[in-house]
Amino acid sequence: MTEIKVKVKLKEQDIKAIKEICATFDNEPGNLINCLQKIQEHFGYLPAEVQEVVAANMGVSVAKVYGVVTFYSFFTMKPKGQHPISCCTGTACYVRGAEKVLEEFKKELKIAVGETTEDGKFSLSCLRCVGACGLAPVVMIGDKTYGRVAPEKVAEIIAEFN
Amino acid sequence: MASYKMHLLVCGGTGCKSSDSMLIVDKLNEELKSHNLVDEAKVVMTGCFGFCEQGPIIKVIPDNTFYTKVKPEDAKEIIEEHVIKGRSVKRLLYVDPKEHARVSDSKHMGFYKKQIRIALRNCGFLDPENIEESIAREAYGALGKVLSEYTPQQTIDKIKKSGLRGRGGGGFPTGLKWELAAKSVAEQKYVICNADEGDPGAFMDRSVLEGDPHSVLEAMAICGYSIGASKGLIYIRAEYPLAIKRLKIAIAQAMEYGLLGKDIMGTGFDFEIELRYGAGAFVCGEETALIHSMEGERGEPTFKPPFPAVSGYLKKPSNVNNVETFACVPVIILKGEEWFSSIGTEKSKGTKVFALAGKINNVGLIEVPMGITLREIIYEIGGGIKNGKKFKAVQTGGPSGGCLTEKHLETPIDYDNLIAAGSMMGSGGMIVMDEDDCMVQIAKFFLEFTVEESCGKCSPCRIGNKRLHEILTKITEGKGTMEDLELLKSLSNVIKDTALCGLGQTSPNPVLSTLNNFWDEYLEHVVEGKCRAGQCTALKKYIIDPEKCIGCTACARACPVNAIEGDKKMPHEIKQELCIKCGSCYEKCKFNAISIK
Repeated sequence: MTEIKVKVKLKEQDIKAIKEICATFDNEPGNLINCLQKIQEHFGYLPAEVQEVVAANMGVSVAKVYGVVTFYSFFTMKPKGQHPISCCTGTACYVRGAEKVLEEFKKELKIAVGETTEDGKFSLSCLRCVGACGLAPVVMIGDKTYGRVAPEKVAEIIAEFN
Repeated sequence: MASYKMHLLVCGGTGCKSSDSMLIVDKLNEELKSHNLVDEAKVVMTGCFGFCEQGPIIKVIPDNTFYTKVKPEDAKEIIEEHVIKGRSVKRLLYVDPKEHARVSDSKHMGFYKKQIRIALRNCGFLDPENIEESIAREAYGALGKVLSEYTPQQTIDKIKKSGLRGRGGGGFPTGLKWELAAKSVAEQKYVICNADEGDPGAFMDRSVLEGDPHSVLEAMAICGYSIGASKGLIYIRAEYPLAIKRLKIAIAQAMEYGLLGKDIMGTGFDFEIELRYGAGAFVCGEETALIHSMEGERGEPTFKPPFPAVSGYLKKPSNVNNVETFACVPVIILKGEEWFSSIGTEKSKGTKVFALAGKINNVGLIEVPMGITLREIIYEIGGGIKNGKKFKAVQTGGPSGGCLTEKHLETPIDYDNLIAAGSMMGSGGMIVMDEDDCMVQIAKFFLEFTVEESCGKCSPCRIGNKRLHEILTKITEGKGTMEDLELLKSLSNVIKDTALCGLGQTSPNPVLSTLNNFWDEYLEHVVEGKCRAGQCTALKKYIIDPEKCIGCTACARACPVNAIEGDKKMPHEIKQELCIKCGSCYEKCKFNAISIK
């Protein structure tokens, strides 16, 4: 295997963890997506340094790994907040006022979509349909789903986590 | 095995789970325990019942009592009243909105009356994590029949004769697709199940996988036998953790029972199924893109031919069908192709699952015979428009589809009629819109989606859709011109004709269909600077009615830009040139003196 040079510091144990995950997929380039999913589960996000280690292990170019990471919305190169907030902006939620809910979250947290609050507590993103259209508009915070969210309820929901 | 007098089926679909149905299960079990009834009644977590609007739902067997909007704290009463005393809990029964009477059995509800459940036949009837319950409802019976009685070609002929068409969007005849893959000669072939449901507002595939995973596994094995494949792959979104969990359990159980794996049922036929995870890209619903994604690449589509039936996954012949299509297969084998083709219209056979959502009273998952009219779906099953508003349009086919309007209410819904109406079946999302929805905004909403999801490989889709989105934005900001409307039309047609894949070719549909059906609304935006739905902020005008205004100054104090003038106890006025249309005054006024024009 090629020697791995890391520019920004990943701890020895992190590199080991990545190698181990790659090995469970036999370092097979065909398993790149499944492998990246496991690694993201482990680190929470996929910074460039992690991608370099993956590329070296799988025997593919960093450009290819980067290409895959940026293609799929599931992957993120920025760390998410402790409580990741996802507003559903699928069609069903949209026609039931999801945009106003999203605006309210932006206002309350003072961040834009794709950003994380300074204290690292919340991050805000959009997703397309969680399949709970009966509860539209829907917001997910971590694993918890909030249904029929009115803009007025947003502050209250955030307060639950403070 | 213990036999129970009563079963309490609790919906474990995503919608109901989000409303604490897990907690309900725990509470019911606690109550059963405290009353020493654990040998009498059993709580089962099932797949989706479909009537999401009324969730969480509990169905009591054998009397078929259907409880709606159940809360965890209702568990005690259900056990004490229903299980012990045999009396139903009246307040939790569904109230028919027309008759105002309480309905106990779901059979008699408007929502269920017109439905025929084929793909969803087992959803809500069994515990998806227990293979024996599935087998009790004939799971793997069709596979046994095929393996022992039919040749691969006979099986394909049956599917062909049934008239089954792909339920994922395109509507390609399933039997024909199987035949093409069967004819390809190769040592290894693959059966691929497309469970990358990316159409926002459609959740039928997920419900089938969560509620009845074995029907999909069984159908994949039948397909494998027919085309000569020993490997199956399910491409599923990583965002569907519950469906993934249940599929994994189902595959393990089927392997253990010898219904998947080597030498299935002693017939010498081998078939294995593995999962592959998608990572969120709408374009991966297109089969060539899906295959690239399974190979660990970016999910970009490639030109067809070669079709996957000739060169698919790892360049081997592959047959790709979606979840709902597969779910229909075992029923066709067991009940016969004539039975299946007796349902539906001339060219569209069987049933279709629709996810009914938006401004409609009964949001949920419905399965109806092809050929049902839009009116029946919206007013009978769907229970009409929310809050008594006026129906405006229903969007079908997701970002690739179009809008149907009042004039289409009597149109029988099938593949061909939807295309003739400028929309498409798509995966079966049906989003209902009322008079408060602006159709230009809706078109813009879908284009925003397409721009985000375009893979960027071909320029008509990558650049063209971006331009469409810009023009639509311009119109919603009140800056549109007549030339823009012409440009919208011609650019849409160019994209349609020149884009590489299905996503690109259908992406202008929301624009074209709203232009066709709501030309007046576009004109109003451009010529009169007016948005009749009041959705386009830039076109809104807040006006104070001097007759109603008592001069309380609440609005003036709420205005962030000091655009409201007027003396105390005198009618106020909004300076339009200063107004930023934030709506604060409108919300503050207690006398309904402010109106939006």
